[in-house]
Amino acid sequence: MNSRLISMIRKEFIQIFRDVRTLAMILVIPIMQLFLLGYSATNDVRNIPLAVLDQSRSAESRALLDAYRAADYFRIAYSVDSEAEIETLIASGDARAAVIIPPDYAQRLNDGNAQVAFILDGSDPTSASTALSAALLISQAHSTEILTQRFSRSGSTLRVQPPVQVRTTVWYNPDMISAHFMIPGVIGMILYAIAAILTATSVVRERERGTIEQLIVTPIRSWELIVGKLMPYVILGFFNTIEVLAVGHWWFGMPIRGDLGLILILSIVFLITGLGIGLFASTIANTQQEAMLAVWMTLLPSIFLSGFFFPLEAMPAFLRWLSYLMPLRYYLVIIRSLLLKGVGLDMIQFDVLAMTLFAVSIMTAAALRFRKRLD
Amino acid sequence: MTPIISVQNLTRKFGDFVAVDHINFEVHKGEIVGYLGPNGSGKTTTIRMLLGLLKPSDGKATVLGYDVFKQSEDIRARVGYMSQKFAIYDDLTTLENLTFYGGVYGINDKARIAHTLELVGLKGHESTLTRDMSTGWRQRLSLGIALVHKPKLLFLDEPTSGVDPTARRAFWDLIYELAEGGVTILVTTHYMDEAEYCERVGVMREGKLLAMDTPTNLKRTVITGDVWEVFAHPLERGLEILSAMPGVERVGLAGDHLRVISQRVGKEALQNLLSRKKIRVEKIERGEPTLEDVFLALAR
Repeated sequence: MNSRLISMIRKEFIQIFRDVRTLAMILVIPIMQLFLLGYSATNDVRNIPLAVLDQSRSAESRALLDAYRAADYFRIAYSVDSEAEIETLIASGDARAAVIIPPDYAQRLNDGNAQVAFILDGSDPTSASTALSAALLISQAHSTEILTQRFSRSGSTLRVQPPVQVRTTVWYNPDMISAHFMIPGVIGMILYAIAAILTATSVVRERERGTIEQLIVTPIRSWELIVGKLMPYVILGFFNTIEVLAVGHWWFGMPIRGDLGLILILSIVFLITGLGIGLFASTIANTQQEAMLAVWMTLLPSIFLSGFFFPLEAMPAFLRWLSYLMPLRYYLVIIRSLLLKGVGLDMIQFDVLAMTLFAVSIMTAAALRFRKRLD
Repeated sequence: MTPIISVQNLTRKFGDFVAVDHINFEVHKGEIVGYLGPNGSGKTTTIRMLLGLLKPSDGKATVLGYDVFKQSEDIRARVGYMSQKFAIYDDLTTLENLTFYGGVYGINDKARIAHTLELVGLKGHESTLTRDMSTGWRQRLSLGIALVHKPKLLFLDEPTSGVDPTARRAFWDLIYELAEGGVTILVTTHYMDEAEYCERVGVMREGKLLAMDTPTNLKRTVITGDVWEVFAHPLERGLEILSAMPGVERVGLAGDHLRVISQRVGKEALQNLLSRKKIRVEKIERGEPTLEDVFLALAR
């Protein structure tokens, strides 16, 4: 086989393995990210601390509070005696929501027009909206129960039911575990960031040291230089993918429903995008810091405009349009569909095509620019 | 015999700046040719054009009979290049560096690599990380890299910058050895003493090749006057007086004496003038022209 190419790959591997700290980082960072995002980036709201001002102090008011207690969305953390106390608790963040039951609650409940006040800390919209819908659900259920009891007491056997019932079934991630949504994202981000940063810095380092110039005056062809330089990072990135998949699967219980072979092949296609971005950054940057910064500048929009954290559907049209320029967007659709839904290639055709197009064009542009800078 | 390097009107412009300005020279087989000039005078640009790393703006050049721009691949496979930066990977060992560059030239023969290491005097240091080595050793490894494929022609771009005098001398012994073996060498330098080691020296300034000849011929043809070494006291005052003296081309301080280059001004005339101006003259001796004199004379 080609002696120049083999020499290049072997040299690159020696350098990677010699720098133990960087190697450790390459291997450990993905796992760290996975644990960090798997546990912290969660929208699953539980145990919201609730303050209660029960001015009624009746059997009826206690029944309502029991209903709150029964749902694990809330935890009755404080029982207070004045509205002023509620204000203090919510202001300090000790309570995120409060229920005020007026003195005439039992009386008005009998008349059929009871009211309770529900106060919510809206500074964190995610948990506030969960709390709000939970509070509404609990009240509705409680009302239905009171009506049923009342009818049965009056001798009627009629069961009170709302006219329309929604029966929900959640597919693919029935327990709606955020980690299952996050892990595929982490794989995408890691592949992108590691491939791009390592490629960019290692190419720029050669330029800084003048070894690129020395290489150009040897018979090595530019494609051999590029492939030899990138191949080790393809292998490392491939290893990272397997690593994150394995930990995601066995630790976080993330399902792998699709074809594993297809997942790995498409991951490599995406990896090539990252390598291309890195190579491109290396042709712009003069120092390793500049290269790192250039990659970071593409990484942040990628993360925010790819549906990594925030759903694309919720974005303004302009940003949604921009998201089509983020290769990570397509990879996330692909990897989430393959892992969670277990679909086949036919269901993700568009994204596979778009991602491949990005990979090929970015890599071609980068390779051409790299060559041009050599001459 | 066709020349190893032939350069005709070679020119390179960077915008309005003319880095190399219509230079002409030839280098023949087995010669050691020096290329002397201050930083920024166009030495490196010339070498980069000869290696096909930079496109000439005008003129043409052949190296080993190949056109530098159209056939640079053919040239690169046959020449060795050692850059100012000592392009070695400092996280690799000596042997790993040489093995890598060897492989890039298609040389996978371990004995050949070992022989190259021995040639540059690094035998026994195979597994030393190059970042831990002195500049002198790095320089030798860098030369080894340029030599691993046994090139017929070596380009050395300021190979001895930052290297201590002993290592420099050892390096030149190696260069002579290579030249005896038939390797042609083009070496740039800004050290005058180093230029003296070359068979022929080209003097470069502001992109122009002012002259190219043997050091002896350069001294004879460029310095037509006499060189005097004047030991006097106080020296600074003497410098002022002699600078203004008709027939004196140049006066320079040289440690404990003055170097005077003059046309038809004898020892006695110098002595008389200085004595008249109350300068105590210890002695005046005849000196030999140096390449520095040549360089300064040409640069005027």
